[in-house]
Amino acid sequence: MNKITKYVLYDIIRNRFVMGYTLLLLVIGMSFFSFESDPNKGLLSLLNIILMVVPLVSIIFSTIHFYNSYEFIELMSAQPMSRKAIFLSEYMGVATSLSLAFLVGVGLPTLAFGGGESSLILIMSGFLLTLSFVSLAFLASVITRDKAKGIGLALVIWFYFSLVYDGLVLSILFSFNDYPLEKAMLLLTALNPTDLARIMVLMKMDISALMGFTGAVFQDFFSTNYGLLVAIFILMGWVVLPITIASQIFQRKDL
Amino acid sequence: MKMTIKYKTRIGEIRHRFIRVNPCLICVNLCAIVFALALNLQAKMWKVTPTQNLKQVIIQANAHDTLLIQKGLYRTENIIIDKPLTLIGQHYPVLDIQFKNEIFTVKSSDVIIKGIEFRNVGMTSMIDWAAIKVLEASNVRIVNNRIRNCYFGIYLSASDHCLVQGNDIEGNPKEEQNTGNGIHAWKCDSILIQRNHTQGHRDGIYFEFVTNSTIQHNDSQGNIRYGLHFMFSHNNGYFYNHFHRNGAGVAVMYTKFVTMKHNVFEQNWGGAAYGLLLKDISDSHIEHNIFKTNTVGVYMEGCSRSVFTKNQFIENGYALRVQANCDDNSLTYSNFCGNTFDVATNGEVVLNHVSHNYWDKYEGYDLNRDGIGDVPFRPVSLYATVIERIPQAMMLLRSFTVSLLDRIEKIIPTLTPEGMKDEKPLLKPLKL
Repeated sequence: MNKITKYVLYDIIRNRFVMGYTLLLLVIGMSFFSFESDPNKGLLSLLNIILMVVPLVSIIFSTIHFYNSYEFIELMSAQPMSRKAIFLSEYMGVATSLSLAFLVGVGLPTLAFGGGESSLILIMSGFLLTLSFVSLAFLASVITRDKAKGIGLALVIWFYFSLVYDGLVLSILFSFNDYPLEKAMLLLTALNPTDLARIMVLMKMDISALMGFTGAVFQDFFSTNYGLLVAIFILMGWVVLPITIASQIFQRKDL
Repeated sequence: MKMTIKYKTRIGEIRHRFIRVNPCLICVNLCAIVFALALNLQAKMWKVTPTQNLKQVIIQANAHDTLLIQKGLYRTENIIIDKPLTLIGQHYPVLDIQFKNEIFTVKSSDVIIKGIEFRNVGMTSMIDWAAIKVLEASNVRIVNNRIRNCYFGIYLSASDHCLVQGNDIEGNPKEEQNTGNGIHAWKCDSILIQRNHTQGHRDGIYFEFVTNSTIQHNDSQGNIRYGLHFMFSHNNGYFYNHFHRNGAGVAVMYTKFVTMKHNVFEQNWGGAAYGLLLKDISDSHIEHNIFKTNTVGVYMEGCSRSVFTKNQFIENGYALRVQANCDDNSLTYSNFCGNTFDVATNGEVVLNHVSHNYWDKYEGYDLNRDGIGDVPFRPVSLYATVIERIPQAMMLLRSFTVSLLDRIEKIIPTLTPEGMKDEKPLLKPLKL
């Protein structure tokens, strides 16, 4: 299993895309921190990028990579190895390379210029976001054999989590305006990894005072170590759950 | 020989001149001596040491006497000052009342209290005990005192023409209901409060029915409730004060003709904190102030005919929250930089005049290069309007959806109030 992961990693590093991605993140991170005198503001601008770019790149790159190495996977499947091992090592390879890119690209400037608890939360949530979108990409890739369809599905997933979901939340808020929605909001956040990551970071930046009663409920939850642990746990769930389902599908699939 | 003659004549000249002036000088000297003697006869100088009973000395002293209170610890009881005395502390003598009562109750005009440290005034719910309480007096001067751990600091009641200057007042805050105000004035007129420092009280400076007064160069921070709080206090001026890190910022209510200039309101951050809360304020001038990192920079409710100009709003949650019941106010020549929301309002109707401000979120152009943008700026974003209706929507803060919606709204405004716009936004920040 480790061997396959290693080959996948070499393969990815060779094709230079991940290098470009790392450089892009590095340049963005550096420039944000040097534009803004206040590191907290730099962190906020970086957050916007992370919430948009990281999921998009992770999901698209992983899907394309999966389809491109389809023949390799077929070849491996002919060997005396469990399909699960092949699939998971493929996942490990892609996830490792992308999260390394993220950790270098965003982690270095953030730790160098920002520091503090909020930057750590930012790095961690971005890291988990990368992992979860890679695993969503694998789910999208095993559902259909057609490459175009797979990429389309991956785009739809990204679109849903980054844009549509928040719109839905907004419309729910509009229609159930008269009810106390604070607890429901907490639940709704948990159902979207990008929202969860965003709120985890915002809560560490003392923005909750702006948020009125909802903010108070959120602050109560996220400011405690317990709440933070729960949030991280849920984000991990967003990593584990899609890849488990994908693995199940892959094992039963007629390649 | 020649030299000595010359010398003599010069001396003669000088002597002559002196003699000519002399009668006049003598007259002045005599007058001064007589006056001083008269004063000396009337006003005695008392030296008080910690071994003496301060209260007894004050009872014995005659009007216009001066008491020099020597350095040391005086465990006193409540002292009523009912004649014009000058009390001067030397190297901050400490008056400690051990939470039993209030320390000075001034019932006479022309009292001067200077350079004394007051400690440990007890908490009551019936009477407001204070370190220095002034009752129905005028021309009382309270200068350069230190007040520590007292329920109320300086309490002026129905007094006028008083001076409160250079006092350093620090409380030991526990809860809002168990702490008094640093400087409290009720029904006063023409008082001057300047260069004081208040910290750790309920309200740093509190006024009710105070008129024609000036409050300047004070520093009010870390109070449990408000840094400055006044009601029904017309025609007062507030200049160069600094209000920061107060529990709920500054709140002023039910007042007309307020002038606030060159004040700084900052770091009032919390669920219900405001840099400056204006409720039912009319005909006022708010100029050259700085509002920085507050949850809400200025919150206006029921304000009319007030002028807001040359203020700076920096890094607030909301720079301005204007309720729709405000009318005829003008907001001009101000800088808005780095605020999460520039303006929020709760209604469709806007009856205020906004122009010539600098907004860092403005994205318009200036074809004729006169420094004024050619497209009006709408400071109320769609998202701010949504939050005003549904506060829970704050959950979507800084999400992509929200910025997208805001952008669409900027192009085709539908939900945000039509009237709330700056027709002449400035392209460059004003130097204030």
